[in-house]
This record gives sequence, structure tokens and C-alpha cells, in this order.
Amino acid sequence: MRVALFATCLVDGLFPDVARATVRLLRRLGHQVDFPAEQSCCGQMHLNTGYPAEALPLIRRQVRVFADCEAIVAPSGSCTGAIRHQYADTARRFGDERLAVAAEAIAARTYELSEFLVGVTGVTDVGGYFPHRVTYHPTCHSLRLLRVGDKPLALLRAVEGIDLVELPGAESCCGFGGTFALKNSAVSAAMLADKAAAVAATGASVCSAGDSSCLMHIGGGLSRLQVGARTLHLAQILASTRSEPALV
Amino acid sequence: MTYLGMPTAPAGVGQLRGAEPFPAAAETALANGQLRRNLANATGTIRAKRAAVVSEVPDWQELRAAAAAIKDDVLANLDGYLTQLEARVIERGGVVHWARDASEANRIVTELVAATGSREVVKVKSMATQEIGLNQALEEAGIQAFETDLAELIVQLGDDRPSHILVPAIHRNRTEIRDIFLAEMAGVQPGLTDDPAALAEAARTYLRQKFLSARVAISGANFAIADTGTLMVVESEGNGRMCLTLPQTLITVMGIEKLLPGFADLEVFLQLLPRSSTGERMNPYTSMWTGVHPGDGPSEFHLVLLDNGRTATLADERGRAALRCIRCSACLNVCPVYERTGGHAYGSVYPGPIGAVLSPQLTGVADNPSLPFASTLCGACYDVCPVAIDIPSMLVHLRGRVNEDKAAGHRLPTPEAAGMAAASWAMRGRRRWTWLLRAARLGRWARLDRLSKSRTARRLLPPPLSSWTRSRDLPEPPAQTFRDWWAEQ
Repeated sequence: MRVALFATCLVDGLFPDVARATVRLLRRLGHQVDFPAEQSCCGQMHLNTGYPAEALPLIRRQVRVFADCEAIVAPSGSCTGAIRHQYADTARRFGDERLAVAAEAIAARTYELSEFLVGVTGVTDVGGYFPHRVTYHPTCHSLRLLRVGDKPLALLRAVEGIDLVELPGAESCCGFGGTFALKNSAVSAAMLADKAAAVAATGASVCSAGDSSCLMHIGGGLSRLQVGARTLHLAQILASTRSEPALV
Repeated sequence: MTYLGMPTAPAGVGQLRGAEPFPAAAETALANGQLRRNLANATGTIRAKRAAVVSEVPDWQELRAAAAAIKDDVLANLDGYLTQLEARVIERGGVVHWARDASEANRIVTELVAATGSREVVKVKSMATQEIGLNQALEEAGIQAFETDLAELIVQLGDDRPSHILVPAIHRNRTEIRDIFLAEMAGVQPGLTDDPAALAEAARTYLRQKFLSARVAISGANFAIADTGTLMVVESEGNGRMCLTLPQTLITVMGIEKLLPGFADLEVFLQLLPRSSTGERMNPYTSMWTGVHPGDGPSEFHLVLLDNGRTATLADERGRAALRCIRCSACLNVCPVYERTGGHAYGSVYPGPIGAVLSPQLTGVADNPSLPFASTLCGACYDVCPVAIDIPSMLVHLRGRVNEDKAAGHRLPTPEAAGMAAASWAMRGRRRWTWLLRAARLGRWARLDRLSKSRTARRLLPPPLSSWTRSRDLPEPPAQTFRDWWAEQ
């Protein structure tokens, strides 16, 4: 399949390994990967902080850049969620019906990574190899906005050598919440402390998730609290093989 | 769009506004370790109970959809249903009063009580009367109100504020309750222990005298049936039943959104409410009354219909679904923010996710600008809401209203608004965006990250970065952005 990668601004700038892993994984599964270079940000931060007028040009851009793509894959549940659940509504709020219709069209072809792999291509065993103890945080927007269900876990279970352990209180928010992490940093930190304690209790060396934003927050906490576990995006574990192992 | 001219809940009366913004109040609450353990235990227990009884109902999602549709019909035709209710109540011997806000409602109730000559009233647990600060208004008029719900009694005796819609004293443990009873409850046995049964018995003995002597009772209402004029209260303890049946005069204060069109609609709501609220299949006491009946129950019944910002809420098509709320508090119990901070941090009698969307609408967003931001948008509240209020989307909408309100009040944009506009501009030009990603990678991030390893230096970081680094490390900056790597391939 011909797949357009929407890397997301955070991954592009700060976590390029996640996008590279996504590319490697998709190519290994026989897909042709494009990276439309005009892409930037989906506008989620603007939308969720209450700046829809500033998000609107970013929505227009995203819709234009990806208009002709057959399938758009993003290594992010929350960016996919913004495109699917907020784009058309925001366009209509500003009276732009044409943009709303175009947004609905790209939303229908935009997938979070596990949705694409399991839901669209029907694959659960991607041929990964990752001989480490891993625990998985499902992230709120993948869980409750996209309803990806156990697709990420099905993918992880099929990875050779993995010791996948359940995260206690997995469905509780990690406390990131975009600008919430700054505006309500004390509450965010309290939630993070509980999430970090849950990760520590599993004895896992890696905490994985499908969103680099949540992982940046969790990883920053694990590092500060010296839990002895690090974070890796789902794509990095799935892309890992014997010949090209992900670094732990 | 702003809704100038639509009256909101007035300042200076009632409890819809906090003394300080949510982040500051939350910080105080977070420092209380006992409070956090009390809350985590209590909300964890009730979450599990709710999940168990909800999973028994095969058509739960259909019930939620039905409830949302019934409430939306009520809200769309509120004028008609309200006048219908008024007519039915009057036909059955009741008196109906219309209160535009908290001040008017307090005045009406105070005058009604004064007219009976009684200086004491017993109260059924009611959010509406907490919202308007009725007890304080009565006290100023020399009338003493006695809360009869156990948790409300604890709050009242402790000169405290409720911190949860269903369990107002959720922040108290039993030792604290024993101490409050010993200090404040008239006639209490001095050897009282903190055994729950002993505490309940002490409250029972104390309240029994009030039930038998009170001539006036004040209640709220869970539901009002427009086509029969019937009012309803659901409760667990039976104190409500006493208040609703023993005194000669009953005064009910009810928000105008509490209506249901017909009696049959209760079939939907009485399946949803107890399971969502206490995690029970059915609540122990359900009391209904229609007007007055000679020789049976109160001989005088007054219904006070309260607006207090509800019409203003109704005017916002993206915010009005908050008026579907049936005050079950399921959203509080699943909220990760509420679980850490408790209810007082929200400053309003309506805390948690529903409070974060309801309080700013009742008061106008200018008076509660921090509440719409008191959420990570995790969505747990929407999942459990029995009337399917999309609280996360509503929070996002209200954040927009707060920002618009701030922009309207200032000639210059706030630093945040300027930053957001600049980011939006940078993100829509390929060259400038590519340059900015590179700059972020090469320069500042790396330097600040090294600085942040030192505790003193961390405090020197400018906001908003300092809010990040006070509890988390910054990520290691990458050697190359993804787009540059891709271009090289």
C-alpha cells in the first residue's frame, strides 16, 4: 500500500527516531512510504488550548497537504484524534463547509499506527524482536477518542522475545494533557508520580505508548525520579529486529 | 460570541466562585497527603461499585442515549414544560415562585419561612440550596437551618464546605468526624468513638429531635414531572423522607433544568441515576409528592424555580448540554484531577469535570476562567456520564470563550495568545518551520537541558519551561530532525 507518513511536529523535531522506526516498519511490511514535506502541525495544541482561529490555517494546511493520499499514518493517537474529531467541527464553526467536507475525507483515511496495522492491513505479527520487559500505557486519546482497543497490545504480544507485563491502573491518565502540563503543573506532576510508581512496580525496563507527547512527560518523570525504566514508542519496539535492535 | 445581557449567577451570594484560581487552590490541596489518600480510597471504591452494576445492564448505552434525548427535548422546550409544571402544581394546591437568581431565591425562601413564624428549618440534602448559599441567608434573617443528610451535617457542624456532589464530606475521615461531633453536636455522648455505627447513632439521636419538632422543611428535587406536577427526591438515609412528610410546610428549591416531560421518563432516569451515583441498583428511598393532601404530609407546599445562570447556559449551543446533568457525580469519581485535588480546589459547590463546565457557564466565564483548563481532556468523564455530556469537547469550547473574553478585555494580546499566534504563523510556512525545528534542536534545548540538571538552575529557567522542569527532565535533543534525515535519503 502507498502510505503517507504524518510524522507530527513533536516527533519531527524532538523524536525523529520514532518516525524513522515507523518508516522502517512500514517498509518491512511491504508498504511504500511518502513524507509530504509541506506538513507541519495538526493544530491540536491550538484547538485544545482554546485557539480555534489560530488552528484553522493549520487545519487547511493539513487537509491540503494530505488531500491526495490513499492512507495517512501517524505515530500518534492524539493527533489522529484531533483530525478525526475536531477538524470538520472547527471548519463548520467558522462557516467553511468545503473545508469541513475535505477534512472529513482526510480524517477517514488518517490512521494511528496500530489502527492502520491491525485494522486496515490485518497484521498483528510484524516480525519484531525485542527481548525486554515492557509495560504499555494505553494513552487517553487512543483509548477513549479513537477506541483502538487492544490493537497495540495484540501487536506487542506478537513481538518475539518480549516480556509484556500489565501496567497497574493503565487506563488512568498520565497527567500530560498538552498545555495542562504547564498550566496545572502541580496536578500534572502528582498524576505523573502515580504513573511512574506504577511503571516501577512492573519491574519493566521500558514503558511504551502510542504517543510521543505522553511519553515525553512520562519519560521526563521516570528520568527525574530515577525509576530505572525508559520510554520507547510502540513503533520503535515493533520496528526492532535482531539485526537492527532498538536501543534500551 | 458573547452573551451580554443574559443574566448570570450574581457575585457575592452563593458558592459558585473560589477565592483563588484552580492551579493555586490545587497546589494547597495536593500538599495534604491524608486528603489524597482519603480521596483515592473513596473514589476507587465507588468507581469499582459503579462499574460492576453498570456492566449488568445490557442496554446501558441505549439508556444513556434516551436520557440525553429526553433532556435535550426538555431544554429545547423549557418554557412550555415549565409553565405546564407550574399549572399542575397550582392545580394540586401548591404555590409556585420564580427566582431569577440566588439573591431572589434566598429572599423568597426567607420570607416564606418567616411567614410561618418558625425560627428553625430542617433540610434535605440539596445542591441548589448550596449553590445559592441559602443557609447563610437564613442565618442572616435569624433562622437556623439544620442539615439532616449525614454528610451535609458533618460539613455544617464543621463549618466546612462540601467537596463532592454526592458525598459532601468525602474529604473527612471518621476520626475527623468524631472530633467534629464531639465539638459541635449538642447533647452528644462524651465517650463517642469513631466506629461508623456509633457515629451514625449519634447523628440519628441528634436529628430525631429536629424531625419531630420542625414545622418547616426545605428540599431540592432530583426530578419534576411536567405533566403531573410531581416532585421527586432520591436518597439513601431516610432523612429526606422525614423532612418531606413530617413538617407542616415544605419549600422546594429546584433548578429550572430538573424537569422531565412525563412520569414514564423516570423509567430511564431511575435506572441510570443510582447506578451512576452510589453504585447501587436502586437507592433505598424514593419520595414523590404532588401538591398537598389534607391530613397527609405538609399542608403547605411552595416550589421555587431557580434560574441563576441557567438561561445564560442554555443560550450557548455548545455549552447547554451541561444542563442535562442529573448530579450523579460519576464524573467526579473517575476524574484523575478530582482524585488528586478533591472538590474544594474548584471553588464551587459543583466540582470535578461537570463543575468545570457548569460553574463557568452559570457565573459567566470571566468569573471562573481557570476551571475549563482544570482537565487533561482524558475523556473518562464522558465515558461514564449517564446523560452523555461530552465534557471534553465542552471544556475545549469554554477554553475558547475564556480566551475570547480575555482578548476582549485587553488592547494587547496575552503572552499566551501572542505565542499561539506566532506558533500558528511559524507552522504554516515550510521554510520557517524547518528552520525553527533545527534551531530548537541545536541550540536552546540542549543548553537548558544541561542547566536543568542542577536544582538551582532549574528554578532559574523562565516560564513556561520552569513549569515543565520542576517535575520532569527535558528530552535529550536529537542530532537531526526527521525532515532533514528524510531529505538526505
